[in-house]
Amino acid sequence: MLLINCPYCGERPELEFVHGGQAHIARPGNPAECSDQQWADYLYRRDNIKGVHAERWRHTHGCGRFFNALRDTTSDLFLATYKVGERPPAQSQQKRATA
Amino acid sequence: MSQGLRTSSGGRINRARAVRFTFDGRELSGFEGDTLASALLANGVHLVGRSFKYHRPRGLLTAGAEEPNALVAIRRDAARVTPNLRATEVELYEGLEAHSQNRWPSLKFDAGAINSLLSPFIPAGFYYKTFMWPRRAWHRLYEPRIRAAAGLGLAPEHPDPDSYSNRFAHCDVLVVGAGPAGLAAAQTAAASGARVILCDEQPELGGSLLGEADPGASLGENGRDWLTGTIRALLANPRVTVLTRTTAFGYFPHNLIGLEQRLSEHLAQPDPRQPRERQWQVRARQVVLATGAIERPLVFPGNDRPGVMLAGAVRTYLNRYGVLAGRRAVLVTTHDEAYRSALDLRRAGAAVTIVDARESASGELAEVARTAGLTVHTGTTVIGTHGRLRVKSVRIQRLDAQGRAQGAPERIDCDLVLMSGGYTPSVHLFSQSRGKVAWSEALQAFLPGESPEKVRCAGACRGVFSAAAARRDGESAAALAARDCGHAVNIAIGEPQPVQGAGAAAPGDLPQPGGNPPAKAFVDWQNDVTSRDLLLAAREGFRSIEHVKRYTTTGMATDQGKTSNLNALAIVARQLGKSIPEVGLTTFRMPYTPVTFGSFAGYTRGELFDPIRTTPIHDWAARQGAVFEDVGLWKRARYFPRNGESMHAAVARECEAVRRGCGLFDASTLGKIEVVGKDAVTFMNRLYVNGWTNLAVGRCRYGILLRDDGFIYDDGVVARIAEDRFHVTTTTGGAARVLAMMEDFLQTEWPDLSVWLTSTSEQWSVIALQGPRARQVLEGLVEGVDLSSTALPHMGVAPGKICGVPMRLFRVSFTGELGFEINVPADYGLAVWEAIHAAGEPHGITPYGTESMHVLRAEKGFIIVGQDTDGTVTPDDAGLAWAIGKQKPDFVGKRALERPAMHSPERKQLVGLLTAQPHVVLMEGAQIVADARAIPPSRPIGHVTSSYYSATLGRSIALALVRAGRSRMGQTLYVPMPDGALAVQVTSPVFYDPKGSRLDA
Repeated sequence: MLLINCPYCGERPELEFVHGGQAHIARPGNPAECSDQQWADYLYRRDNIKGVHAERWRHTHGCGRFFNALRDTTSDLFLATYKVGERPPAQSQQKRATA
Repeated sequence: MSQGLRTSSGGRINRARAVRFTFDGRELSGFEGDTLASALLANGVHLVGRSFKYHRPRGLLTAGAEEPNALVAIRRDAARVTPNLRATEVELYEGLEAHSQNRWPSLKFDAGAINSLLSPFIPAGFYYKTFMWPRRAWHRLYEPRIRAAAGLGLAPEHPDPDSYSNRFAHCDVLVVGAGPAGLAAAQTAAASGARVILCDEQPELGGSLLGEADPGASLGENGRDWLTGTIRALLANPRVTVLTRTTAFGYFPHNLIGLEQRLSEHLAQPDPRQPRERQWQVRARQVVLATGAIERPLVFPGNDRPGVMLAGAVRTYLNRYGVLAGRRAVLVTTHDEAYRSALDLRRAGAAVTIVDARESASGELAEVARTAGLTVHTGTTVIGTHGRLRVKSVRIQRLDAQGRAQGAPERIDCDLVLMSGGYTPSVHLFSQSRGKVAWSEALQAFLPGESPEKVRCAGACRGVFSAAAARRDGESAAALAARDCGHAVNIAIGEPQPVQGAGAAAPGDLPQPGGNPPAKAFVDWQNDVTSRDLLLAAREGFRSIEHVKRYTTTGMATDQGKTSNLNALAIVARQLGKSIPEVGLTTFRMPYTPVTFGSFAGYTRGELFDPIRTTPIHDWAARQGAVFEDVGLWKRARYFPRNGESMHAAVARECEAVRRGCGLFDASTLGKIEVVGKDAVTFMNRLYVNGWTNLAVGRCRYGILLRDDGFIYDDGVVARIAEDRFHVTTTTGGAARVLAMMEDFLQTEWPDLSVWLTSTSEQWSVIALQGPRARQVLEGLVEGVDLSSTALPHMGVAPGKICGVPMRLFRVSFTGELGFEINVPADYGLAVWEAIHAAGEPHGITPYGTESMHVLRAEKGFIIVGQDTDGTVTPDDAGLAWAIGKQKPDFVGKRALERPAMHSPERKQLVGLLTAQPHVVLMEGAQIVADARAIPPSRPIGHVTSSYYSATLGRSIALALVRAGRSRMGQTLYVPMPDGALAVQVTSPVFYDPKGSRLDA
């Protein structure tokens, strides 16, 4: 069970959270202008990263807020959590893990 | 009872307290402090089990958790039978009843032993090669026979009557293992002020020291005082939690460790009110693993006879339990440390011959042994053993300079064989932490390397074998751990102790004459895997150790290869011409030793298995004799049988009441979300398919929610309570996920919108009053609402009061009749329900349940999301395209609905089905085909989603999703059933009152 640092509440066990898939996938602003392929990519295509992955979590059984996290999928260690709308913090470890 | 092999003194048993027990019905006696294994051995019982495949007689191999042979069932009563327990871990108690396993009719004469004679014909992979044909024999013959022969113990016949506890705990430093390294680690961490949990699988602290004649002596300077002082200090320290009889069975991410604490297994009369086991989930800031090492057997022919034991185990039985396992012993070894066992046996009066496969033995212990007069055969291998139920002799042969067995074999008579092929550090938990292990050529062992977790290893589990060095290693590890969680450490943090070579020996098998793989040289005792099986697998082309493991089943038994894995690996590596690290280890998985299902279940059994949600009207319904059904976590009244009615009769009566008079339905479980804010209408427009801008305050609308892939996710009536306030209802099961989806879009896609979302599902009780007389029933109860059709038409909403209670009154209908849904604060739900029920009595008001609700809505063709839809249904498929707001530039799912596949005329569409025989009710989920004579496998064109008997219509009705269904109106299709295909006619899904005139009755 992971320990996750909610940016609003602090460290809490994974039981309180729901995983929300890959982060930083914005819904296209004008879907009507998307081609079928672009829309399918938005709906279905996700990265399957070995290394540092930006992903969404929601503190469902806590503050209820969505936030983003950088997690190393090889070690399960969280490098950072940050609020919706913020850029992922620069991580020196990120380079190492994805290299 | 005579305990013939018991020594006259010594050991940690209480000789003043005799304990009686039975083994396979035989009455025996041991002492307090014995394990079942040590007590059996004291009584001269070497034969304790039969092996899994060949049913070979087997004795105790070890004295600990790694035991592969001595699996027993412990029986307290018919419900308390625990199979597959290791006798080496079962603590003796008065009246203990133990049974051997995997034998018939008896342990000494086992008919299954015929497999041993057949062994040349049943090598590794036998099952895969033999039972391939004839194919039809698999189900009738092979599988039942194999199943009957498979498995070890028997499960109890009754449900488990005991209770199991769970708890969470936090600490600074968790120390696993209370041997010299673990004790020192716990003491050092505690001295720094850290909160410490120390756990050990044994009933007593001390670990490997418990097997020493003088436990403190091996610890170096002031060892004895240190040992007693440390244990006393740890037990007295309130910041230290000491858990004995507690196995750390799993290492989970972020330093969460699972501990299994056995609370009552060792008691003669456990208190039935107390839990039997407690499972701990410990979140530790730092972990110190001091899990020790496991002695490795040697692989030679006949190494599995009762009386062939690990050298360290023999020593433990002698020193800890006062049991001399034999009087004429042969020690077979490849390293010096094992000589200690020979010396201890000699001191206890046994004759010992040493067979050492090394060319020479010149270490200190070897010299001591020679000085003591023990015969040492160096450069010698063992080529066989004799004895049916107990070993009687070994045959040995000299090795030449090239390590080949040469010369005349020699026979040594004996009643005990000790073997030791070195020590395997227990890296199980470390490896579970995703720690990488590295091969040490010097130690001939895999040692812990880097782990992503905050974990350190100390003592024998990282190759520091001597007790004194392990103690210092534990201190260093704990000092670093305490420092890393912010505690001041008073002792100088030394360098980690260097690993030490004593006890290092190459794994693998002993050389045999002619270089032939010998028969019956066992590698894995529990699964009966021999070195020959491993060589066969390599010859047959298996290269990966993971494949060899699965093909031969080595390491796959309940002991998970604790004694066997490294030997198997070495034998395979040699055959493949590779080094051991090149071949690599198989994965260590939890649990370290088997853990009961009861402990995982903990409190979540029976009523506590899942939360139960009930509405405020639940108790009333129960008093009326309602039959309930589970809908998610909710209990919903399904029907209200009167005077022993069947469900069929009750539903017919309830439906008739709604169609002709009035019915009362508890709809409180509906999901409800209050959407509030100046941007509420924008939010609703973006989310739901419908247009909301034009929905007037005081009106409601049937809303459909899609996912962005265009498929129906949820539906429900949405009311506009004020310009900036919507009362959204969802399906009962969908409430939580709809709110989550709303929150997701609001927080992450449209954070600029000013909207608040609040779950109000449990704040409102919802009472549905449906039927032509509903208005008459309600009239006398409400204040401030004009119930007339002009003032409150269908799909109107009005605030008001009922029985003096604030209310949101919806004029809506899920039955097709005139209907109201009365929302009142949940605390008043029951009172209002009872008042309506009383007011309705002159009108024949009838409470109805979900089954009638389903029939009534199906008669009207109203869908249930999740029953008539399945995540691949668009609004148009369900006949609901009219609900979509055509003017809206976007809503969730809109873009996906424009994809060509969504407009294919071949899509499955919702239709009605009428069976040719009106009283036949189709099975929900049944497939539909176009041609009754189609020979399976033919492609179905759809399936039945809802099917009921409609008393109103006097016939069965069904809803179905059928390919191009709306173009098939009037066609005859077929529903194939085991007794033949049923003819059905495709119709509109609206069976009753298609014009909807009854809504304004």
